[in-house]
Amino acid sequence: MELLLNPVVISLVKVLVIILLFVMVVGTVLTLMERKWMSAVQDRIGPNRANIGSFRGRGTLHIAADGLKSIFKEDTVPEGANRFVFTIAPFFGFFSAIVIWAVIPFAGPLGGFTFQITDVNIGMLLVFAVTSLGVYGTVLAGWSSNNKFAVLGAARGTSQMLSYEIFLGLSLVGLFMIVGSVRVSDLVAYQNTYWFGDVLPKWGVLTQPVSCVLFFVAMLAEAKRLPFDAPEGESEIIAGYFLEYSGMRYAAFMLAEYVAIVGIGALTVTLFFGGYHVPWLHADGFHLLGAVLPLPAWLVVLLQLGAFIGKVLFFCWLVIILRWTVPRFRFDQIMALGWKRLLPVCLANVAVTALVLLAVDGWQ
Amino acid sequence: MVKVKTVRRESGLAVELFLPAIWDGLKLTAYHFWRNIFGKRDVVTIQYPEEHRRVSPRYRGRHRLTVREDGFIKCVACYMCEQICPAHCIHIEAGEVEDKSVEKYPVVFDIDELRCVYCGLCVEACPKDAIRMDTGIIALAFTDRDRFDYTRDMLRDAYHENEKTKFRAIPAPVTEEEALPRSRGVLPGAPA
Repeated sequence: MELLLNPVVISLVKVLVIILLFVMVVGTVLTLMERKWMSAVQDRIGPNRANIGSFRGRGTLHIAADGLKSIFKEDTVPEGANRFVFTIAPFFGFFSAIVIWAVIPFAGPLGGFTFQITDVNIGMLLVFAVTSLGVYGTVLAGWSSNNKFAVLGAARGTSQMLSYEIFLGLSLVGLFMIVGSVRVSDLVAYQNTYWFGDVLPKWGVLTQPVSCVLFFVAMLAEAKRLPFDAPEGESEIIAGYFLEYSGMRYAAFMLAEYVAIVGIGALTVTLFFGGYHVPWLHADGFHLLGAVLPLPAWLVVLLQLGAFIGKVLFFCWLVIILRWTVPRFRFDQIMALGWKRLLPVCLANVAVTALVLLAVDGWQ
Repeated sequence: MVKVKTVRRESGLAVELFLPAIWDGLKLTAYHFWRNIFGKRDVVTIQYPEEHRRVSPRYRGRHRLTVREDGFIKCVACYMCEQICPAHCIHIEAGEVEDKSVEKYPVVFDIDELRCVYCGLCVEACPKDAIRMDTGIIALAFTDRDRFDYTRDMLRDAYHENEKTKFRAIPAPVTEEEALPRSRGVLPGAPA
């Protein structure tokens, strides 16, 4: 019992539960859902042939089929490749997609227990640092493959991710100025305060609408999702940086991509859509226009958990539907959009936010 | 004189922002998503081995030999089709029959479907309407060349599974209910 209540053990359990039971599960299911949803958008049926006997489960078995196939495929290393770098590259991409979950809160605290792996005071800065590492997976995989298409993909990926990294950070500066903290729990707690008494929640999307769009765009570019998937660009450079990979290493890249989608959802929800908060739901129940509906603490936590997961799934859906809505930008258009349009908008957003804050709080 | 069509390009803040266009696109994709996942499924996919595309009644598919009302084969072994066949894929051996109004019938009527060019000349040549190509069977696929040699009884109407063909590999008609309308030259679901 002593051992079980050890904070290290509790953190480890949280890590395992969050990563294995939520992140990996949603990421894996998304690999199938992407194909099913795309076919729905395109008026097709989608994969439904994998079967055990006569059981098909509307295509759900394809998840298992993909996994089995990846495991049993030959793991090839191309001639002339840098074997060591080639081998470790997939883990960089995976690492950055996974580690951001360390600071994402899933629900409000219940007693002394937090539904968050760790609430470090550098919060979002840790997220920035870790997502920046993701570029190593791209560049190392592309460079070590000894393949010109892979190098092209890596070059595109590197310059794109570095460019969008800049206003990924800048887009959130306005939010940090308003809240006055980069700690994730502060950012989330601020979004459960209200305007006009207790009517309108101060969700990030309402306090910082421009930076919400910018952040979402930057995250799409970071995760190399359409319309910013030039690094992979199937029609131009086959698969881009992970072109030479096969078997489980290839699956690691694919899975990292889908885990990154869940990450986009979680970060957008946490920063701009109230995190785990249900509007007007406080720790002791609903408060609206002076009326109070008290709820037990466990029910509040359950509602918050459901709200968070629901919101994240919605954004996963949005990211995937966006892929089938917008065409790919040409590479020079991506760079022009980033540096010439979005970066100035970002800076203007920071300046305007600063001026408004000054006007509201007064010249101290 | 070269004619140039001038296309007016929209410009302005709304276009530069991309967002209104993306919003419009999202409405379309989300509508299709919603309709196909939650609403009435409206997909164009044909689930091939189970479902078949409707072919025109005039489509020249696998041959069949028609039968008289009493079930006896209509063919009188006149060799017209064998003569006209440009691919020499029909092989007939005649035999005599008691019925003096018929006199002859095919003891052997083989068609090598691999050799056939599906030109339909045999159907045109037949004086007795004994051979037709309206089965709607358009995909003959076997792993064994021998199975493309169709004998008289395999080509006959209302023919059912036998040891040689294992009807599973041949698409419809599979059951008698399906086979009978086809034997009257009508495909199920085809416009009258």
